[in-house]
Amino acid sequence: MYRGLASDLAPLAVALPIVMACAVLVVQRWASRRLADLLAMVAAVAALGLSAALVAATKDGRVVTWSGGWEPRDGRSVGIVLVVDQLSAGFACLAAGLTCCALLYSWRYLEAAHGHYHALMLLFLAGMIGFVLTGDLFNMFVFFELMGVSAFALTGLHIEEPDSVQGSLNFALINSLGAYLSLMGIGLLYARTGQLGFAQLGAKLAGHPADGLIVGAFVLVTIGFLVKAAMAPMHFWLADAHAVAPTPVCVLMSGVMVEMGVYALARVYLTVFATSIPAPVVQRAFLTMGLLTAAVGSLMCFAQRHLKRLLAYSTIAHVGLFLIGFALLSPDGLAGVALYVVGHAGVKGALFLLVGLLLDRFQSLDEGKLFGRVGGRHPACWMFLLAALALAGLPPSGPGLGKAITEEAASAAGYPWLSVVFVLVSAVTGAAVLRAGLRVFLGRGHRPGPIEPAHQIGAEPKEPETEHPLRRTPLTMLVAIGALLAGSIVVGVVPALAQAVGRGAVFFSDQAGYFNQALFAVPAAPAPASAAWWSWSGILLGAASTVLAMIIAGISLHVRPPERGHFRSRMIAGVELVRRLHSGHIGDYVAWLLFGAAVLAALIGLPLLP
Amino acid sequence: MRIFAYAVAGWLVLVGAMGILRSRNLIQATVSLSVAQSGTYVLLLAVGYQWEGAAPVFSPGSTPTSDVVDPVVQAMALTDIVVSATVTALLLALTIQIEKTHHTVDPDKLQQLKG
Repeated sequence: MYRGLASDLAPLAVALPIVMACAVLVVQRWASRRLADLLAMVAAVAALGLSAALVAATKDGRVVTWSGGWEPRDGRSVGIVLVVDQLSAGFACLAAGLTCCALLYSWRYLEAAHGHYHALMLLFLAGMIGFVLTGDLFNMFVFFELMGVSAFALTGLHIEEPDSVQGSLNFALINSLGAYLSLMGIGLLYARTGQLGFAQLGAKLAGHPADGLIVGAFVLVTIGFLVKAAMAPMHFWLADAHAVAPTPVCVLMSGVMVEMGVYALARVYLTVFATSIPAPVVQRAFLTMGLLTAAVGSLMCFAQRHLKRLLAYSTIAHVGLFLIGFALLSPDGLAGVALYVVGHAGVKGALFLLVGLLLDRFQSLDEGKLFGRVGGRHPACWMFLLAALALAGLPPSGPGLGKAITEEAASAAGYPWLSVVFVLVSAVTGAAVLRAGLRVFLGRGHRPGPIEPAHQIGAEPKEPETEHPLRRTPLTMLVAIGALLAGSIVVGVVPALAQAVGRGAVFFSDQAGYFNQALFAVPAAPAPASAAWWSWSGILLGAASTVLAMIIAGISLHVRPPERGHFRSRMIAGVELVRRLHSGHIGDYVAWLLFGAAVLAALIGLPLLP
Repeated sequence: MRIFAYAVAGWLVLVGAMGILRSRNLIQATVSLSVAQSGTYVLLLAVGYQWEGAAPVFSPGSTPTSDVVDPVVQAMALTDIVVSATVTALLLALTIQIEKTHHTVDPDKLQQLKG
């Protein structure tokens, strides 16, 4: 049975970047660099168009594609399915859009962009799109690995740099181990149910109270995704990978790949486990882990002076907030998180690209070495400061809107105090970025001293990423940064977008609707109009966190801490302790991974003991 | 007997993770990761195994007369092996580069990425 054009779009959105990646590989042997740039850009724009068409096609329900025409009979199936709803299509759109901006930034200039860069970027994109569009747990693992392997290779693209290969190795080892644990969980689920599709799995588990095997499978399956999402204490790889990866790759990793982990957690829980593992247990577990992640991320973010690591830890802090938003387990919470993710992706992408500009001009990423060297005349200055304020939640930016909606969902779920957490985390991370921007661009405050050898945080990159240090900023780079920032603001200004995300979140959390539409082609019930928009309390809390960020940044710039004192030495000892845990040692990271898995298993398993 | 296979699978994953944890050599860490992954092969094959089951080969027109083992998990294990080959190759290539740039493959001596 032919289901029309829409159901062809989903496989095409995955296949097209893969085919184009092969084409780029063939072409780049004999053609000029310009042609590879062009082909990759065409592929990314086409993928963006296809995902946008999918967003339009999923307005009133889901688009279901059985590959090879292996349709289910009487609800039983042997085929592999892609199930697209509005949020997954939106995620694919985000990934393709960020890839366009990253490719635009590396257009002609980036030295790293020789050779296999373009092909790897397209494979990365294909992996991410497949990951969000699939309706099958094992295929999710396969796309997870595809996106993982391309990301590992892209991180280690500068193979002559010692840091680069080490960061890539840490990233690859820890993420692969997490993925294999996920596969164990998938195997256990298959042993129990004989199914792999989300809809079929959810139907088989429905009504079964959670026993040891189901809890074990849930924890194992989610561990891989949570490693990717950089949930503490499995977040260590993220800063290592971000500090060494080429700048455009950081945009993709921080903006969308890490958030895919949270997406997968939400998808798997809501479609497969929602009826067997009680919501309050999952809620408590992920609230706890989210709070821990947000705390560790904010603390480490503020303590950094390596700009890329600073941004990386700010991503970890925000992932903590996303996990908290997921843990509310309400459509409004999901809508808030989705908007927050999009807004955060634009802002964080722009910040990474701006930091990349600094690296290309001044060959340094250290807040102290860059102190006052750029000057306030450069357009980058105001973009950086605006992005810092948007990160702190300035209304009407995208991150501010996402934060406001999530805070309201938290109050509705009975956790009004979470608003304080959201304000504090966004204020502290925003303040860290603001402080760095004011120092680097405007030379405000006192100059941080040279790095003490004991605190050496990764050797400085010696080379710019472009072939020569840039004298002036190429227009393509500025356009890419401007597009990302503008995208992030648009999220907070256009009500239709928030409405669509709100409706999409209702579809996303409707397990019965997912099952009926995927297996029996029952059209989805229309979603009610969403009220996801700015409220007065949201605007006030956004303004509060922005002002708080300015105050914290001002204090850290202008108030010299007392040289001695009991409180100060306690504080320094505390920060130093947390910092020493981030050892860069792969063995430590594996130990933390296993510890984190045990904690999660205890948080979910212990309350379910009879 | 089935329990035994599951126990072996779990043991392999843990021993592999332990190998990375205690590793003093990145090649050993890479191979340990492969050992951990072997646990997933054993688990998948054990899940689909049938005593006295035949290979799942059918031809049109003939109805199968005996139990067969589950081909789905075998396909999953094959995919898993492909993934493993890619990851192992990439990790070994990175290890070579680490040896070239750091002149060591001992994770204890790689101190570049602290804090």
